[in-house]
Amino acid sequence: MTPRAAPDRSRWASRAVQALFLGALLSFWYFLTASGRVSAILLPDPVSVFHELSDVLWTGEFVGDLLVTLTELAVAFAISMVLGVVTGYLISRSSYLITVFEPLLAGAYAIPIILFLPLYVLLFGLGPLSKFMLGATIAFFPIAMNTIAGFGYVDKIFITSARSMGASNYQLFRYVLLPAAFPVIVTGLRMGFTVALLAILGSETIASLAGLGHHIVHLSESMDMARMFAYITFAVAIAAFLNAVVSKLEERGKS
Amino acid sequence: MTGEIAVRIRGVSHQFGEEGGTRFVRALRDTSLDIKRGELLCLIGPSGCGKSTLLSIMGGLMEPSSGTVEIGRQPVRGPMPKEIAFVFQENALFPWSTVRENIDLGMMFQGVRKAEREKRAPQCLAAVGLSDFADYYPGQLSGGMRQRAALARALSLETGILLMDEPFGALDEQTRMVLGEDLSVLLSRSDKTIVFVTHSLGEAVFLADRVAVFSARPGSIKEIIEIDEPHPRNPDFITSEKFTRVRNQLYGLLHDEIRKAVSQSAMRGEAAQP
Repeated sequence: MTPRAAPDRSRWASRAVQALFLGALLSFWYFLTASGRVSAILLPDPVSVFHELSDVLWTGEFVGDLLVTLTELAVAFAISMVLGVVTGYLISRSSYLITVFEPLLAGAYAIPIILFLPLYVLLFGLGPLSKFMLGATIAFFPIAMNTIAGFGYVDKIFITSARSMGASNYQLFRYVLLPAAFPVIVTGLRMGFTVALLAILGSETIASLAGLGHHIVHLSESMDMARMFAYITFAVAIAAFLNAVVSKLEERGKS
Repeated sequence: MTGEIAVRIRGVSHQFGEEGGTRFVRALRDTSLDIKRGELLCLIGPSGCGKSTLLSIMGGLMEPSSGTVEIGRQPVRGPMPKEIAFVFQENALFPWSTVRENIDLGMMFQGVRKAEREKRAPQCLAAVGLSDFADYYPGQLSGGMRQRAALARALSLETGILLMDEPFGALDEQTRMVLGEDLSVLLSRSDKTIVFVTHSLGEAVFLADRVAVFSARPGSIKEIIEIDEPHPRNPDFITSEKFTRVRNQLYGLLHDEIRKAVSQSAMRGEAAQP
């Protein structure tokens, strides 16, 4: 009991400071708007945002847009996972291929791929297809890179030792390479998921027909600021929730 | 010891890299050796003399540049999991599996049936004194316990030949001594043929039936010393006059070779390769 009490207490203390900080930020927001220092058109007050948010949740009008965004995310992530893991695995099989392709992938990873959105819209239209493709492209690179790192740098002694005991190719993959690479691949999947989510919400706000990002821009254009803030809050909560779930899964995958 | 030959090494040479290249190293030179069934043979020599290379070649993990190795009349062309088991210096246990799973995987790779695996694993753990640690991960064990687990995994394979590449090299002196004593007791009960690579004179004298002393790089066997002392050997042997005499004899043989090896690596401007 005693050795665990100390870190728990310090964690609760930092949680409290975080809550205090957010509370202060909220009060500051309230102060700015209630005192009339900032126009309600630029920044609506938190109370009306809260009312709008409960209305959005109560009426369930968010469901359609949320489903569009989540579908786009799921499809994009599934594509990038399959392509990223398979490509990464194939490259990792030869040190020559690693030398050739790893720098290329690392370079591509550093490009802001969102810049290609206009091209993707031209090719795949304003609908979900362009979001599938963009999300999948962006998530592909971290997933492929981590898969290469996972499979490509397994300690040779494990391979030698498995071979000396007579492991077949399948056994070597299933019981040595895969478990050795798995934690690194899972980190790549988490990174891919996060960037796909960012790319999809972002591209919805730029060019789309539906989705949470689309709805936020629509509200902004009709000057319905309190409701727009309510939707932003909702989208942030969804994103935070998804990232928390994925991080938990990552932790579990690693242990 | 029946005098039957378990491992027959004939004219084995090995070199790394291309001749004339910067990385070219002649590791082993025309080495021949017969290892008798049931004996414990230690290979000892200066760093870089090729003793670990010879062990890898015997086990089929490496192909020699020239020469042949035969295990019971069969030429070695690759790993022979039914005949040969390894214990490596580095920790070669899979860190993502528990000790029990590690032992089970080894036998599975070798092709042992599940019922048999479940019978052998606890026996081997008990033999190395790790019964209470079956469900621990290697990372939760001390260096000495990890090498015991690696030994249990090798024993579970029930091979006639056990190749040990400086298995206690990374351990402190006291742990090393205890493991050496336990190993001597354990192996006196079996009829395994064991080849044991070591840096330690004391370890070699304590464990071996014969010690093959290597010359500096490119290594070959300079002399073979017999140690006529029954197994299991107890700690009293270490303080005996015989132990000291053999140890000094070994030291005399090795001393010049170590000097040569050190000046070689100094000329090459590098640390000697293991």
